[in-house]
Amino acid sequence: MDLFQKLTILSDAAKYDAACTSSGVDRSGGTDGIGNAQACGICHSFAADGRCISLLKVLLSNACVYNCQYCVNRVTNDTPRATFTARELADLTIQFYRRNYIEGLFLSSGILKNPDYTCEQMTEVLRILRQEYKFYGYIHVKAIPGADPLLIERMALLADRMSVNIELPSEQSLTTLAPNKSRPAILGPMRQIRDGISQNQTDIVRSRHAPKLAPAGQSTQMITGATPETDFQILRLSEALYKKYSLKRVFFSAYMPVVESALLPSLDTRPPLLREHRLYQADWLLRFYGFKAREILDEAHPNFNPFLDPKCNWAIHHMELFPVEINTASYEMLLRVPGIGVRSAKRIVSARRTGSLDLAALKKIGVVLKRAQYFITCRGKLPDAARLRSENMIRAVLSDRAAAMLGLPQGEQLSLFHDPGMLTREDVLQCLTGEL
Amino acid sequence: MSDRRTVAAYQYDGSFDGLLCCVFESFLHKEQPLDILPEGAEQFPLCPPKVIETDRKKAQRVAASIPKKISPLAAEWVRGGFLSCAPHRELLLLEFLRKGYRTGPQVTRMMQDETVAALFRAVQFLENEAHLLKGFLRFVERNGVLTAVIDPKNFVLPLLAPHFAGRLPRETFLIYDRSHGMALLHRQGELRIVPAGGIEFTPENDTEREYQRLWKQFYDTIAIEGRQNPKCRMTHCPRRYWQNMTELCGEIFAPLSQKSLKNPADSGIMEEKHRRISAGKAAVYDLHTESRCARDSGAHARS
Repeated sequence: MDLFQKLTILSDAAKYDAACTSSGVDRSGGTDGIGNAQACGICHSFAADGRCISLLKVLLSNACVYNCQYCVNRVTNDTPRATFTARELADLTIQFYRRNYIEGLFLSSGILKNPDYTCEQMTEVLRILRQEYKFYGYIHVKAIPGADPLLIERMALLADRMSVNIELPSEQSLTTLAPNKSRPAILGPMRQIRDGISQNQTDIVRSRHAPKLAPAGQSTQMITGATPETDFQILRLSEALYKKYSLKRVFFSAYMPVVESALLPSLDTRPPLLREHRLYQADWLLRFYGFKAREILDEAHPNFNPFLDPKCNWAIHHMELFPVEINTASYEMLLRVPGIGVRSAKRIVSARRTGSLDLAALKKIGVVLKRAQYFITCRGKLPDAARLRSENMIRAVLSDRAAAMLGLPQGEQLSLFHDPGMLTREDVLQCLTGEL
Repeated sequence: MSDRRTVAAYQYDGSFDGLLCCVFESFLHKEQPLDILPEGAEQFPLCPPKVIETDRKKAQRVAASIPKKISPLAAEWVRGGFLSCAPHRELLLLEFLRKGYRTGPQVTRMMQDETVAALFRAVQFLENEAHLLKGFLRFVERNGVLTAVIDPKNFVLPLLAPHFAGRLPRETFLIYDRSHGMALLHRQGELRIVPAGGIEFTPENDTEREYQRLWKQFYDTIAIEGRQNPKCRMTHCPRRYWQNMTELCGEIFAPLSQKSLKNPADSGIMEEKHRRISAGKAAVYDLHTESRCARDSGAHARS
């Protein structure tokens, strides 16, 4: 089998891995080798599905001995199999890297023979890259659950980021769909990497030459939509993962039906992309906006509002806190205004030190007012749009897509005179507040 | 404003030092030029411009005063603004410096001010474009030399230089900025930005073509069919970069979405239409770049 065919099979098998980030580590290259890494990460291309391509994302092998129900590479599935040799893959990575196609390598693998053997083969690729080619670029590697901790540590010392896929949001789903994997086998390496990283940080205090273990931290990924967990459960789980395992990222992957199984949603199920989108929005609120999972969802509302993003949804349920005065509100409160993000909030805080801000100034700063205007005052005044059309707020904060889902007219505001045959404003309100 | 006389446009040699001398001149004589133009710019002034000679000493005085009297960040903005493609960037920088000398380090926070906001946006555009190109630029190996072509709106080569030199220390590479007629050369740790026009490359060899084929195949395979999202792709990777990207240059004039064709019988007609439109666009594009190359080649060295 030639390289072209191998690459086709093994990148096709790796494409359902959501993570493709190259961020989190700043490292200048040596003059003797090739490559460096930038903390902000660099996207090198965008695939037809709109996802960023930053790393050469491949499996070392798809000849897997496991039989996970949701996976294309399970042993009982009739699919072409291929395996890279370590040298082949290392060469390909370097050649792609030289041409500025990629930022580095994302290496995962099916289980070849057993977890230890797989881990050794993957480490060999990393060793050739780091030691023979003196490659200083980014390497993300998947820890193999069930492999010997020593082997995992050796691999983590060569990689920038390591991840263990938690696969499914609950233990029960995991036992049903992935009988060869167990929660402890997944959390074991995760704990090991966490402890290794924190141990490593104290080592580096003692000696700056101490080898760095996964300097860009670890991440994980889970499939949503294949099993019956609620959004609240998933969000609570990711919050716990951030706290307890100090993960850098939790990725969600909307379930794409690729194999037929009685245990799974049918093959014609459409991937729950909107749900995945909402989960990421909520994930951002957890990581950058100071929200807690319990503020975004709770037992009474365990799933996301499909029509409003989680922050807007929160704001509409806490109107007593709004409007906030742009010139005096704390940074934390500014972050909670729908439509104001981290950048805008920082710019507002910085600019208002030199003089008070009005609406025109906000526009110049680059704050997008489409939604924010209904939740703020400038020098004590409500923006005109909000004052004159406060009943139109609902339509205004909805995205066009959500409005279309509710059957609202596109591109125009809800008016008092609209066709009574369509949804009424009360219906919309009820829908938004989750009472429908 | 009151004590400044408005005078005819200034003309400078197109270098950063030259611009700083214009600033010096404007402060020295308390005058406000109508415009500041680089040599050889297309212009139809009502009265002949005042030619400002570049004097290194004057330029250094101005350059040293910016971090001292305003702030190091302001100095960074001025350099960035000079490389940006903001319309009348020279006047914008003069105005910014005037405000900066008056208000001090605060000036970079005064986002509510028209001038400051405009300069900030220009610098951001420059930095964003440089960041995107760090990813979207593609090298093609020809006789052991890595070559790349870019068509940026801002003059990003000075920002790309340290990045690629740090990343590929042992490679010889050349990045040709077609829209500004300049090229970045790197050989054995030595970096140079030189004027260049109408560079023609030798065709690539079989090994190179094979890696391009592998990369295209990887690109096409990695996308998940069930999640096709052409609009999202275009938001993150604007079409104007596609022409120089190995994996996307073939798609540049492809129909946006196959789904929009309801009747398969129509598709032949649509394709024909697209072919004609794209052929037209390509022709217009070629003319455009050629004329720009011709005008810019060697006109002003701004390194």
